[in-house]
Amino acid sequence: MAVVFQKPKSLTDAVLHYCPGCTHGIVHRLVAEAIDELGIEGRTIGIAPVGCSVMAYDYFNCDMIEAAHGRAPAVATGVKRSMPDNIVFTYQGDGDLASIGLCETVSTACRGENITIIFINNAIYGMTGGQMAPTSLIGQVTQTSPYGRDAATQGMPIRVSELLATLEAPVYLERVAVNSVAHVRQAKKAILKAFKNQVEGKGFSLVEVLSTCPTNWGLTPQKACQFVEEKMMPFYPLGVFKDKS
Amino acid sequence: MTFEVIMAGFGGQGLLFSGKVLAHAALIEGKELSWLPSYGPEMRGGTCNCSVIVSDDPVGSPIIANPNVLMVMNEPSLDKFESSVAPGGTVFVDSSLISRKVERTDINAVYIPATQMAKDMNAHSLANMIILGAIVKKLGCVSADIVEQALRETISARKADLLDLNLKAVAMGMKFIEEQA
Amino acid sequence: MAEKVLMKGNEAIAEAAIRCGCRHYFGYPITPQTEIAAYMSKRMPKIGGTFLQAESEIAAINMVYGAASTGRRTMTSSSSPGISLKAEGISYLAGADLPALIVNIQRGGPGLGGIQPSQSDYFFMTRGPGHGDFHIIVLAPATVQEMADMTRLAFELGEKYRMPAMLLADGTMGQMMEPVVLPEESNDLDSIAAAKPWAATGTGMKRPHNIINSLYLKPDELEKTNIERFERYAKLEKEECRWEEYLMDDAEICVVSVGITARVSKNAIVAARKEGIKVGMIRPITLYPFPKEPLAKAAARVKSFLTVELNMGQMNEDVKLAINCSKKVAMCNRVGGMIPGADEVLAAIRKEAR
Repeated sequence: MAVVFQKPKSLTDAVLHYCPGCTHGIVHRLVAEAIDELGIEGRTIGIAPVGCSVMAYDYFNCDMIEAAHGRAPAVATGVKRSMPDNIVFTYQGDGDLASIGLCETVSTACRGENITIIFINNAIYGMTGGQMAPTSLIGQVTQTSPYGRDAATQGMPIRVSELLATLEAPVYLERVAVNSVAHVRQAKKAILKAFKNQVEGKGFSLVEVLSTCPTNWGLTPQKACQFVEEKMMPFYPLGVFKDKS
Repeated sequence: MTFEVIMAGFGGQGLLFSGKVLAHAALIEGKELSWLPSYGPEMRGGTCNCSVIVSDDPVGSPIIANPNVLMVMNEPSLDKFESSVAPGGTVFVDSSLISRKVERTDINAVYIPATQMAKDMNAHSLANMIILGAIVKKLGCVSADIVEQALRETISARKADLLDLNLKAVAMGMKFIEEQA
Repeated sequence: MAEKVLMKGNEAIAEAAIRCGCRHYFGYPITPQTEIAAYMSKRMPKIGGTFLQAESEIAAINMVYGAASTGRRTMTSSSSPGISLKAEGISYLAGADLPALIVNIQRGGPGLGGIQPSQSDYFFMTRGPGHGDFHIIVLAPATVQEMADMTRLAFELGEKYRMPAMLLADGTMGQMMEPVVLPEESNDLDSIAAAKPWAATGTGMKRPHNIINSLYLKPDELEKTNIERFERYAKLEKEECRWEEYLMDDAEICVVSVGITARVSKNAIVAARKEGIKVGMIRPITLYPFPKEPLAKAAARVKSFLTVELNMGQMNEDVKLAINCSKKVAMCNRVGGMIPGADEVLAAIRKEAR
């Protein structure tokens, strides 16, 4: 029988633990496809975050390192500086990258480390059960913003791609989404490019992926995809924020 | 014989450097030694000192409680350290900068107008090396001819063009002691 | 014999690390250890190594975690407040069983404290600096020569036992210069790395993927890793304790001290011996593992112990534990950056002799 669809080589056989409708699985696949297509599996080293994707180290077939919360860019820096010919990527959520690890994120981008960062923005802390994230929207109800995020007391959400675009060093910054087939296709292109930039020695690339969290948003998977389109995209517009590649 | 030397004054007078040259000379001679700087938040103008021990025996503590050699390049340092000098010890005073005399009678005092001498030879910042020359000549803690090699090996590449002037300053200090004798 | 050179303790650590094959240094400026970073920033670029001034102590230790994950000899250095920040990363290094060198040139605390010498991180370091049940190797040099020698020892023990290792010294040790014979250059960096088949270096499509990790969500698995780790610690305690005995043969009073205070104590002991007081010293060189055995043996024959330390009595407790409180353990201490003079230590010895 002809094979028409199969798992990328860069994913292990481990069964993903993600909730139904969560888009982590899609993004994992896109990352693995990019690694496969570039033929870099044997020299890729991934850094997993703390958050829902903490166990990404079991899912990617390349060598993997589990980092402390928010520190993945620093760990990636240490890896890349000691193994400059290897391909190094981090996979981080919004709490990890944009809150506790913001200093590491900005500083690593500022140095223009030749690494690739995949940034999952689902506007909520998933693993700990749905608390407010730095990227939670105004009015968004979470466990720690039960009356909706209030700008006066809880501040405004942070636009990471736009923030990093003010820096000189980053080579490529794009925000994509995975809530529709068309958007997934675009996300695939962006992720592939972010890895290709590194292979070509161009420098720091980050792809921000608007993702879903049906469980903690309290929405069905389908409605969650609509939420991305209708609520997130107006505040987090898709597009390329920097491209020097 | 053990020389316990404290060199004290303001930051920027080159006290740590003259201590280093002395320590390096002791190293070349194969003596036991230690060099310990004071360290603080200020870079220039604050008080500064270093402790150098040169000995035939292994050095225990690098911290000097009772120096038998004291070099002072400002009055607060003389005020601070005079009482701690071991009886029979020697104080080298930059008399261009310190107007008062050593009060104790159980210690020796050598007054050198080092800062003025340095100015006269157009080497404003080398009073420290003049006094170092005097210390070495007077006390023989290291042999005089080794100081030149020590200086050559200690001076930074950035200041290498000042080597000759430094050597001249050391020689001036030595000559000062010879003439006094 | 190799040539003696004159170097600050901090510089001797840096040069020794390079000669031991360390090519990746990550740090953040803090007094009184900044000479290490300054030295590395000069040397590393010339030998194809990495010097990186990180954005924080936290980032620096995590960069070390990354470089250590690839099996390379790597290090960071800091002073007390900076080590507090590194504690998170040190716990992760310990949890992932990664060797790395951490230098702590202590200053007075708590809080911002001061910048003068201190030994007040003794508990913090010897009990495992960070959350969780773990230890790191802690070495306490007392001469510039030992600072160089122990840099090598720290790398080697860390790799042998797969755990972080620390050089723990005080500001005086870091700042002072003494003649030192530096270790010979090890050029075989590849074989150091090759001895680490667990490292994340890329699979090369030749082996299953390696995972560097400290997360074990199943309690029975996590328990197993803890027990296995403590079996390694037991072996370390049995085989790697180091200490120096000074005039202990006939001693009735045993001074216990490390680093700068051990040197001050030596002067005091020499003076006390001239007065006919039978006093000697046991100087722990490894603080973890703590040399309990020589202390316990000494307890059988001395009248009392006297710890001399720059804290409020932290090592004093370890001596009491080591000898099972079988003898008096007196203390002579100064804190906040003050150092007891030899006269103060001598007075404390005389008091014990009475």
